Amino acid sequence: MTATLLFYILGAITVVATLLAIIQRNPVHAVIYLVNSFFALALIFYLLGAPMIAAWEVIIYAGAIMVLFLFIIMMLEISPSSDPVRSAPGWAQWVPIFILAIALASCTLLLTGLDPVIAEGLPRWHASPRDFGYALFKEYALAIEIVSFQLLFAAVGAFYVGRLEQKKSQREGSS
Amino acid sequence: MIVPMEHLLILSTILFLLGLVCVLAHRNLIMILIGVEIMLNAVGLTLVGASAFWQQIDGQIMVLFLMAMTSAEVSISLAMVVYLQRCKNSVDIRDFDEMRG
Repeated sequence: MTATLLFYILGAITVVATLLAIIQRNPVHAVIYLVNSFFALALIFYLLGAPMIAAWEVIIYAGAIMVLFLFIIMMLEISPSSDPVRSAPGWAQWVPIFILAIALASCTLLLTGLDPVIAEGLPRWHASPRDFGYALFKEYALAIEIVSFQLLFAAVGAFYVGRLEQKKSQREGSS
Repeated sequence: MIVPMEHLLILSTILFLLGLVCVLAHRNLIMILIGVEIMLNAVGLTLVGASAFWQQIDGQIMVLFLMAMTSAEVSISLAMVVYLQRCKNSVDIRDFDEMRG
């Protein structure tokens, strides 16, 4: 019962955070709201019996991809306002993310308060890391190889695009 | 299954539509990529929900492949965003419309 209620609360947090993310003009604010949305989505994954996916959602999406976005935004120095010296964000900008973060933290505390094995409502079926590893490396071994090749190609591609830029700036610098 | 499958599908549809609106409405390349991220997450939610509905692990493994694909896509596209920004000094998609038919 509690898990069902938590699902609806977390769904509402996800939708509200995503909505606030897509109406932002400043990409940094959008990324911060989106990290909140991904945390709520990770808790939903946990409630649906996918603890491994929940951990990866936090590590890969919120941790790696969004931080990569932040790096690129700050590297490009695109500021929506022409004013270079900006004051700290006012109260109106702090309040929504503060409320969302408090709601998310209380949901997490409530969830860790429940014992996943005996609590009523939490999924009896869930994929343990052992099941996950067996399925992944027995049935999907070929797919793992293909995905690793894909990641290698992505790394080579990103490196190549970066080199294009370097060569261009060297040529401009020498001429 | 803690909630009916329909509610799960409604939630993931809402998230997908929000991502689609973000892709269509913004003119900033970074915001468009963020919209793609939102849509991919909605798809992941559907896959995990299907995995819980049929109690099979395959859906969760698909989510793992989805994450690998997403990280590959993001690394390439952000590298191209940096390249385009250096070329034209802008990340507005209206500056990259020379390929009109």
